[in-house]
Amino acid sequence: MTTSKHRLMDYVREEIMPHRFCPGCGCGTVLNVFTNAVEGLGLDPKKMVCVSGIGCSSWIPSPYFKSDTLHTTHGRPIAFATGVKVMRPDLKVVCIAGDGDIAGIGGNHLIHAARRNIDLTVIMVNNMIYGMTGGQVAPTTPPGVRTTTTPYKNIEPDFNMTDIVRAAGASYVARWTAYHVFHMMESIQRAIEKKGFSFVEILAQCPESYGRRVGLRTGKDFLDMFKNKAVRLEKARGMTEEELEDRIVVGKLCDRDRPEFVDELHRLTREQTLKLMKEGG
Amino acid sequence: MRMDDNRRRYIKSLEGTTHFILGDEACAYGAIFAGCDFFAGYPITPASEVAELAARELPRAGGLCIQMEDELASMGAIIGASWTGARTMTATSGPGFSLMQENIGYAVMSETPCVVVNVQRSGPSTGQATKPAQGDMYQARWGTHGDHNIIALAPNSGQECFDLMFRCFDLADTYRTPVILLMDGAIGHIRESITMPRLDSIQYVERKKAEAAEEVFGGTDLVPGMIHYGEGQNVHVTGSTHLPTGMRDVSTQKVHEVLIKRLYRKIDENREDIIQVESSFTRKGKAKIGMISYGAAARPARGAVNRYREDGGKIDFLRLITIWPFPGKQVSEFARNLEVLLVPEMNLGQISREIERFADCRVVPVSKIGGIPHTIGEISSAIKEVL
Repeated sequence: MTTSKHRLMDYVREEIMPHRFCPGCGCGTVLNVFTNAVEGLGLDPKKMVCVSGIGCSSWIPSPYFKSDTLHTTHGRPIAFATGVKVMRPDLKVVCIAGDGDIAGIGGNHLIHAARRNIDLTVIMVNNMIYGMTGGQVAPTTPPGVRTTTTPYKNIEPDFNMTDIVRAAGASYVARWTAYHVFHMMESIQRAIEKKGFSFVEILAQCPESYGRRVGLRTGKDFLDMFKNKAVRLEKARGMTEEELEDRIVVGKLCDRDRPEFVDELHRLTREQTLKLMKEGG
Repeated sequence: MRMDDNRRRYIKSLEGTTHFILGDEACAYGAIFAGCDFFAGYPITPASEVAELAARELPRAGGLCIQMEDELASMGAIIGASWTGARTMTATSGPGFSLMQENIGYAVMSETPCVVVNVQRSGPSTGQATKPAQGDMYQARWGTHGDHNIIALAPNSGQECFDLMFRCFDLADTYRTPVILLMDGAIGHIRESITMPRLDSIQYVERKKAEAAEEVFGGTDLVPGMIHYGEGQNVHVTGSTHLPTGMRDVSTQKVHEVLIKRLYRKIDENREDIIQVESSFTRKGKAKIGMISYGAAARPARGAVNRYREDGGKIDFLRLITIWPFPGKQVSEFARNLEVLLVPEMNLGQISREIERFADCRVVPVSKIGGIPHTIGEISSAIKEVL
């Protein structure tokens, strides 16, 4: 029997495969799509830095994706990534982390990075729960859901992160589910190429910590649900709030050009060094 | 970066000049002279002037300065930037220093060189926001969770704020660790003459580099070489317990023990290189009384020592510049023939407790809190009281 190496094996740390995601987890899909997106762009992973936080989806880049990686404290990947990007604007800096990191504990960094419009790509893998810690309520958990910390029901509304990031000033914002793999790949590619802050939210299944609480026991159950509930943004615009209840709006929310932070910072610094030079310092 | 044409030009424009400036400003100038490439901070009294001067002057030297959304982000950004090879720093005070603790631990665990300036103010909590204190001495040592070691220095003048920035960055790069400059509000806001050094007198310690991927991150040396981002080595940086290659292994007892003990030893076994103290002994005969102090409190302490000697008294004086690792051996030797040791400090006796562990004599804390430094008279009275 002969074995051939998968064409994407060069993009993952082969020595620690297979990955440890639970059966049916959406993180494997995102890893697959992300590596395909990078390969499709012809990007050299050696010119990338992938930054993540704490939680299941943070394992997508660290340890699995084979590039320079920075596995930060919980909630802080965007803050750490800011330091990397300002010093090395030539490197592509991509944050991949969960809704707990990005929308929960690290929400402040997200809105400020969007406001600055710093040239980072943030992929938020939203499983609607704190999965790694055993199924606690997240700011993205829909109301009414019972979790380990909302044993009677979740009485809080969930965050619409794409609206927030768009309002905060991001250059590119899109939202898909783990069912929409080709759209997801296109969006990730566009986000990486886009100058400025880009944000891609991926609704991803977590049968283990979330699905068991909402009657979705397998990855397939989730994908069916994503497929049935998803409604394209263009169509959603013509729908009432009532019609949109319990639907998942997917698509590209914005793609616009604004001044980018790292460019501006380096320009300002260059102006000051030139000024000193002219002063004859 | 670091010592490039921009920085040379900047230093050249200021070398040898004398300026009447704040301790905070001296600290920021010192950082720029010491090769700081990146500053990230968040405003807080009494440390804001460090950020303000960095924002004004650092770009002129080719460095980058940004104000982040909070102190957690500031600390995170300087860690990320350090992995590109940059010399990076932040400056804050008590409440911000508390917020930075988790990421300071990350810098310890991931062996990321960086400098954290804490211009201490009166706490806990918001406390007396505009008043000086020395209440964070143990927080600097044990503020982040878990077993670890740390380097912290305490300047007692504007000039020393400037000079110690070189030392902070060199120690951070030499030992791949966060280094804390424990200033205080009195030193940060004192206005004194600072003389800038000449360009040709300036030398930086270079970070030890590793060559191959398997050496990155941890390695097996006491202080392993570092590989920076963008060098094509797939560096895997994590705050989790990791193997010498940097890859996570959080379940093997031995892996954790070997890593944490090495992180501890790399500072502990280099104490003699790291520790700096300044002593002054009574000229004639042997003193029975000694005094140990540091930072702002060391100034009136020194004044009281001088006055006591002028009056014919015999007293020895030791000023701690390195606070952590604690100069236990130096304190022990200093205290050898003493009967009593006074320790003026602007807290309820933090370092005096540490001194008790090493001094074989009676240790008397001379504490003062409330935001007003000791007067010479108060410390002189304390000397008379112990006699």
